[in-house]
Amino acid sequence: MTGLTDLGLIAIRDGVAKGEFTAVEVAQAFNAAVAEAQEALNAFIVTTPEAALAAAEKVDATRAAGKELGKLAGVPIGMKDLFATKGVQTSAASKILEGFTPQYESTVSQKLWDAGAGMLGKLNLDQFAMGSSNESSAFGPAISPWRRKGDTAALTAGGSSGGSSAAVAARLCPAATGTDTGGSIRQPAAFTGISGIKPTYGRCSRWGIVAFASSLDQAGPMAHDVADCALMLEAMAGFDPKDATSLDMPVPDWSALLNADLKGKKVGIPREYRIEGLNADVAKAWDDGIAWLKDAGAEVVDISLPHSKYALATYYIIAPAEASSNLARYDGVRYGLRDLPDGANLQDMYAATRAAGFGAEVKRRILIGTYVLSAGFYDAYYTQAQKVRTLISRDFEEAFRQCDVILAPTAPTPAFALGEKSNPLDLYLGDVFSVPASLAGLPAMSVPAGLSSDGLPLGLQIIGRPFDEQGVLNAGLAIEQRAQFSAKPEKWW
Amino acid sequence: MTESTYRIQGATGEWEVVIGLEVHAQVTSNAKLFSGSATAFGAEPNSQVSLVDAAMPGMLPVPNMECIRQAVRTGMAIEAAINKWSRFDRKNYFYADLPQGYQISQLYHPLVGEGSLTIEADEKAGIPEPKVIGIERIHVEQDAGKLMHDQHPTMSYVDLNRSGVALMEIVSRPDMRSPAEAGAYLSKLRQIVRYVGSCDGNMDQGSMRADVNVSVRRPGDEFGTRTETKNVNSVRFVMAVVESEAKRQVALIEDGGKVVQETRLYDPDKNETRSMRSKEDAHDYRYFPDPDLLPLVLDDAFLEECRASLPELPDAKRARYVDGLGLSAYNAGVLTNDVDTARWFEALLAATASAQNKPEADVAKQAANWLLSEFFGALNKLGKDLSSSPISPEGAAELLALVGNGTISGSIAKQVLEKMLETGDAAGVIVEREGLKQNSDTGAIEAVIAEILTKNADKVEQYRGGKEALFGFFVGQTMKAMQGKANPQIINELLKKALAG
Amino acid sequence: MSVDTATVARIASLARIKVSEGELEAMVPELNGILNWVEQLGEVNVEGVEPMTAVIPNTLRLRADVVNADPLTGGGIRDAVLANAPAAEHGFFGVPKVIE
Repeated sequence: MTGLTDLGLIAIRDGVAKGEFTAVEVAQAFNAAVAEAQEALNAFIVTTPEAALAAAEKVDATRAAGKELGKLAGVPIGMKDLFATKGVQTSAASKILEGFTPQYESTVSQKLWDAGAGMLGKLNLDQFAMGSSNESSAFGPAISPWRRKGDTAALTAGGSSGGSSAAVAARLCPAATGTDTGGSIRQPAAFTGISGIKPTYGRCSRWGIVAFASSLDQAGPMAHDVADCALMLEAMAGFDPKDATSLDMPVPDWSALLNADLKGKKVGIPREYRIEGLNADVAKAWDDGIAWLKDAGAEVVDISLPHSKYALATYYIIAPAEASSNLARYDGVRYGLRDLPDGANLQDMYAATRAAGFGAEVKRRILIGTYVLSAGFYDAYYTQAQKVRTLISRDFEEAFRQCDVILAPTAPTPAFALGEKSNPLDLYLGDVFSVPASLAGLPAMSVPAGLSSDGLPLGLQIIGRPFDEQGVLNAGLAIEQRAQFSAKPEKWW
Repeated sequence: MTESTYRIQGATGEWEVVIGLEVHAQVTSNAKLFSGSATAFGAEPNSQVSLVDAAMPGMLPVPNMECIRQAVRTGMAIEAAINKWSRFDRKNYFYADLPQGYQISQLYHPLVGEGSLTIEADEKAGIPEPKVIGIERIHVEQDAGKLMHDQHPTMSYVDLNRSGVALMEIVSRPDMRSPAEAGAYLSKLRQIVRYVGSCDGNMDQGSMRADVNVSVRRPGDEFGTRTETKNVNSVRFVMAVVESEAKRQVALIEDGGKVVQETRLYDPDKNETRSMRSKEDAHDYRYFPDPDLLPLVLDDAFLEECRASLPELPDAKRARYVDGLGLSAYNAGVLTNDVDTARWFEALLAATASAQNKPEADVAKQAANWLLSEFFGALNKLGKDLSSSPISPEGAAELLALVGNGTISGSIAKQVLEKMLETGDAAGVIVEREGLKQNSDTGAIEAVIAEILTKNADKVEQYRGGKEALFGFFVGQTMKAMQGKANPQIINELLKKALAG
Repeated sequence: MSVDTATVARIASLARIKVSEGELEAMVPELNGILNWVEQLGEVNVEGVEPMTAVIPNTLRLRADVVNADPLTGGGIRDAVLANAPAAEHGFFGVPKVIE
């Protein structure tokens, strides 16, 4: 059955539809792969083999009855453990939500189940999606299936959607959901040699996704390739009246309209992203990307995003500020952990519960966020950051007068080893290329571009205009076709 | 404007009180401000709580249009500036009745800006002439849940039914200077929101409650430090809070102490306020725009509908009753005081005019006098009010028409009303059945008059000698002789003629 | 601007996170590192620039005033609401007794 787990989302969907194999066979194959890898890769927080089988049985029955099959019929997927799933623990990789069993299903996961997908389990992540390495997970980090050449050091699968990237790269699932606040889909995809897209802010409903930073959070797919991402995004996206920031727009047929011919398109190369000391492998991948897009017919233009250097600082004010408020609801009253020391009053209970339940990085960000919103500092930090955010957004608007998409590296380095970056600031700096598009709410994706000198995947990032997921996917496809990325992690688990 | 002369007499001299009110008024809506759960009062605990109200992970707010609409209409009723661009902010603090850990409110860009209302002159209460009280803003926000402290020895219980219900916070300027002014302001505000229909004004059920800001100063000095007494739920208590808190502050200052800016609670049993230390440390609310909600932008069509749907407001109505209907200022005031009374009166007026085929202005006095001097008393005796009245405005109009066209006299009308209340039958049916039609047969009346004048020749003498007050005596005797069923107007005319000799 | 132990203690108390003395000591330099770094934003000229209010230009949608229009955001689901409560009694959430 190993052959089945090598298949991507579309291949599985088509194979089930044609009767080449059954959905149950597919679910069984992936359930086995998940079980086998769980100890080594720690990609899942909870596995749900029965749910995967039940969904598959339904698809097989639907097919047997000759009824129409959904867009993702027979495809088992992994669900980032930030999406509320009815009856299945949803923890955000935090002790404070351990054992929390939602009585509701997130809009995005419901759409996926409605399209015929099944759930293999809940995927590991950085706690509350705060992190770039998966090391802030209360359940231990997901481990990348990739290793450096001649080295067995455990590498990060990226973050925050590191369980998703590890699982897709290790072929434990053909596709997975991710969420992206400052790069949490793109960076893990880049680190593990897979594709992932963060759509325009508002494309995917945030209803039922544990909130990190509301003005930045967006869900998106992570999969083997661009076409799989396009199809899965179609199933995930769409207007949701339950989310006031949801875009009331039709969902285009991105997968049907995929077109790698970029004749007449202009690709912008932001000069500010050529940072000093940029990793040589990353720089080379970027140059390759430029050449590929030219080859696909695009014209390459030099552009400027002058406020890029302020994007990280802006992000690390706005995201913690929103998070400090979003995470106030974890107080031990209605769900989740309660730590009630002897003789404690209500406020003591809050402080004890939150001290016991939140991990160090979450606490750090809550404190930063609390501080920047506090009396006397609000304008200097938060208001200033929102003004700079306006400028960053304007930079993109200006740039998109000269080009249709922007090409940049996804991350400044390939995957690093777990434990290698102990200073939080070092980790934050790794988001340098992914954060600007998040601040501007733009669609952006990462596609594999090649391997670094020590054999690790490198990703290229395409950023598009608001609502132009199609342009992003098309450019991604053009790169994919030319990069011919076929490397896979050697199985060691 | 004549300033209030209300003063607190301290040991060291006179002190002036400065009062501002922040009134929380529950917006009349079916569903909550940001979720679809119901707002009905008195439901089973936590039965009107959605996943959104309980702040489950990943839940998001979507605003209820009706709540916005009602706040805008309220703003228009106080002639306030409506901000076409407003925003919701989060007010962050931890409390068991606040599931999100923040209240969604509007600090930086409220929906409604500057407005005002006018309180009536009330000489007896020390308000010599009408006074304009400034209103700084109205914003929309979420109500909190409720804590029960007496159900368990070591636990408090949380009921989130109220959590997320829409409130308007109506913030006055510190323009009031006496308990009476504060009371009048709150009553007027309640009257207006009830007219507009944006709040039921039910203070017993907490639909309206006030945070009372009080400070004292030497007359003419700068403002003193104020305290805020939270959640005062009646006009009477607001007045009591102002008085007791002002006295406390004066005593404190005169004792060499200083007033601290703090939150206080009113204890009606002791008639005093006390410091509410439990909320003291939460003063850094870290307001910031709610990132789950976009800016609220209202278009002209929306505002137009809000304006067009506003009813005639109490001040305008009162003026019209006086100028257009010819009612006394007092009666106009009583009839417009509460929207339900005004509504009932107008229905009665319309029905009366149509039953008698006369313009409203011609029957307004009759309707108003009957409503105020007959009907209220009769209802009162039964322990009922207009809302539980067994008689409809149309039924009452029929009764008034019978008086108007001379079928029955005013005194018979009283009997008929009692029967109507007793039996639920229509006025006409009762008059017919009981034979109460009044007698307008001039011949019969003349005969009775002649008899009475003969019997009371001495009084006739006195009358003719100038004691005209005796006229009433003759009317009474005649009416009595005719069992009250004679047409009083005809009696008057015929009596005058007969007495004139 | 840099924070000291007292400030971090105040912030932690505002955020209702209990921190030990030792944790506090460790946090001060960490937070200062981050805060000093984000302060570079102060050098950006933002004259005449409005703070961002909506990342994708959009305004607020309002919903109709209908009770339980969508069961997912409606009431009448007490069991679901209380299902995960650490202390639910008689249909209420229980918390340590609050003295007001």
